[in-house]
Amino acid sequence: MNKLKALLNWVDERFPLTANWKAHLAEYYAPKNFNFWYFFGSLAMLALVMQIVTGILLTMHYKPDAGQAFASVEYIMRDVPWGWLIRYMHSTGSSLFFVVVYLHMFRGLLYGSYRKPRELLWLFGVLIYLCMMAEAFFGYLLPWGQMSFWGAQVIVNLFGVVPFVGPDLALWLRGDYVISDATLNRFFAFHVIAVPLVLLGLVAAHVLALHEVGSNNPDGIEIKKKKDPKTGIPLDGIPFHPYYVVKDIVGVVVFLMVFSAIVFFGPEMGGYFLEQNNFIPADPLKTPAHIAPLWYFTPFYSILRAVPPLLGSQFPGVLAMGLSVMIFFLLPWLDRGAVKSIRYRGLIYKGALAMFVVAVLILGYLGTEPTNLWGQFGSWLGGADRATVVARIFTVIYFLFFLLMPWYTRIDKTKPEPERVTS
Amino acid sequence: MADSNVDRGKRRFLVAATSAMGGVAGVAVAVPFVMSMTPSARARAAGAPVEVDISKVEPGMMLTIEWRGKPVWIVHRTPEMLASLAKIDAEMEDPKSSAPMQPDYARNEARSIKPEYLVLVGICTHLGCSPSEKLAAGADGGMGSDWPGGFFCPCHGSKFDLAGRVYKGAPAPNNLEVPPYSYLSDTRLIVGSDSKGA
Repeated sequence: MNKLKALLNWVDERFPLTANWKAHLAEYYAPKNFNFWYFFGSLAMLALVMQIVTGILLTMHYKPDAGQAFASVEYIMRDVPWGWLIRYMHSTGSSLFFVVVYLHMFRGLLYGSYRKPRELLWLFGVLIYLCMMAEAFFGYLLPWGQMSFWGAQVIVNLFGVVPFVGPDLALWLRGDYVISDATLNRFFAFHVIAVPLVLLGLVAAHVLALHEVGSNNPDGIEIKKKKDPKTGIPLDGIPFHPYYVVKDIVGVVVFLMVFSAIVFFGPEMGGYFLEQNNFIPADPLKTPAHIAPLWYFTPFYSILRAVPPLLGSQFPGVLAMGLSVMIFFLLPWLDRGAVKSIRYRGLIYKGALAMFVVAVLILGYLGTEPTNLWGQFGSWLGGADRATVVARIFTVIYFLFFLLMPWYTRIDKTKPEPERVTS
Repeated sequence: MADSNVDRGKRRFLVAATSAMGGVAGVAVAVPFVMSMTPSARARAAGAPVEVDISKVEPGMMLTIEWRGKPVWIVHRTPEMLASLAKIDAEMEDPKSSAPMQPDYARNEARSIKPEYLVLVGICTHLGCSPSEKLAAGADGGMGSDWPGGFFCPCHGSKFDLAGRVYKGAPAPNNLEVPPYSYLSDTRLIVGSDSKGA
């Protein structure tokens, strides 16, 4: 025992091991009233680790070559020992990573976790989300199926409609006149090294920013305002380790149960996690009858399709789609509410948030379906697709949630916040 | 060293000069990095013009060839097909081909050099899908009984006529692109190159 202590001392004199353990775990005081919604930060970390580990194992067998990529994925599925499990863990993991992160972001909206002093924490989070989108997009080309190919074709062409520089930008991204071996090779590089490096750096920044300002909580009040006069520890704070480590392990167990159920019993999730068309090798001369991105991109894809071309250019739709993601950056400055948490907000914010959730879900659903899903309106509406008109309405609602926020959060009738956290 | 001995002007100059030179070096090294991602010599070579023999394309039929990895359609139009074009001008987004989606020599009623041969890049101007051919007029192709023949994009439902002109109300903003091409002889076409050597 004394030898172990001596070793720890030896390390501590050369590296701040104990100091960091204390600062980030044993003496990081988190509010004692965390609820269900506070599972998803640590679960996102778990999902990231699983993606990295399974991803490294996949790169040992995968060939980033247009001639061999599709077959190498099938090789992993059939011939590599346990390859099917690792590949399904990676594909299921990506979808569940997005599930967890969307719930984590929704928690931020519920309890105003992006508000002062957590603006930078939120910005790092949105950057992480952008990296995840890039990671998912680059990774989706790698199996070199029909959806990989045509999905990448559609998304790279989105850059092509940017005025003036668009076509050159798209050519530079592809490294060829079409999506080809050159594109596959570079997307592999982006997917396995460039984006993950940035992602890990951002996660570190996200956690450091969190531990600097301290966690928000379901009451949206600052526990640092009421400290024990003797110890200087927040009265409503409990150390992250062991309390929240133990709580999060419960979350991890439940998450892994759901995860395993999907991996073992429905890894394709009826085409939502792995699309059917992607089991056909990429064919540059034949477009699949229906192209849709995976579910986590479909709200934005719906917004893209909903905006009509202007002056012969697709750019407005692309711009709207870009803004629908980028607008999350502005959230800390759009919200002018007197309180942070939904518990003390008035009916207006609750209604606005509910409408926003409905809009995202409906746009998400429509994005998975063709635009002629519900047929066309009669000539009184110019024979427009019913689904497109619905998508337009909800696109407007999506943007109004953000654009009207400075106004409706200010006039909202809020309740007074408590002095201390409630149980 | 006492502060009073510091020549602040010189120090600022040295910091600025070092930063500037460092910046120049950074930009200089970024150029090859960025350029390495542009199409390689091999990809450029594969993007070279393609010669096609069109003598075997019967009237009313089409041939698909590959140029720069993209499908290029060569449609041998019948006189009836050509006659149908003018009748549907009113349904077209850009009936007179005013947008620069074709070389000047193909900026005419039939959007081609010789009216009977239509040459098109088979890529939808919406988001790059490849439309399906629905050349036959009438209801057989599932396009409705008043369909005069043309192309239909399965991705987002854009419709094009037999000159690659886009129908009004379609998501595609422009007519299909006519690539640069020229005739080497009556039956031989070269796609990707014209008299201007494009």
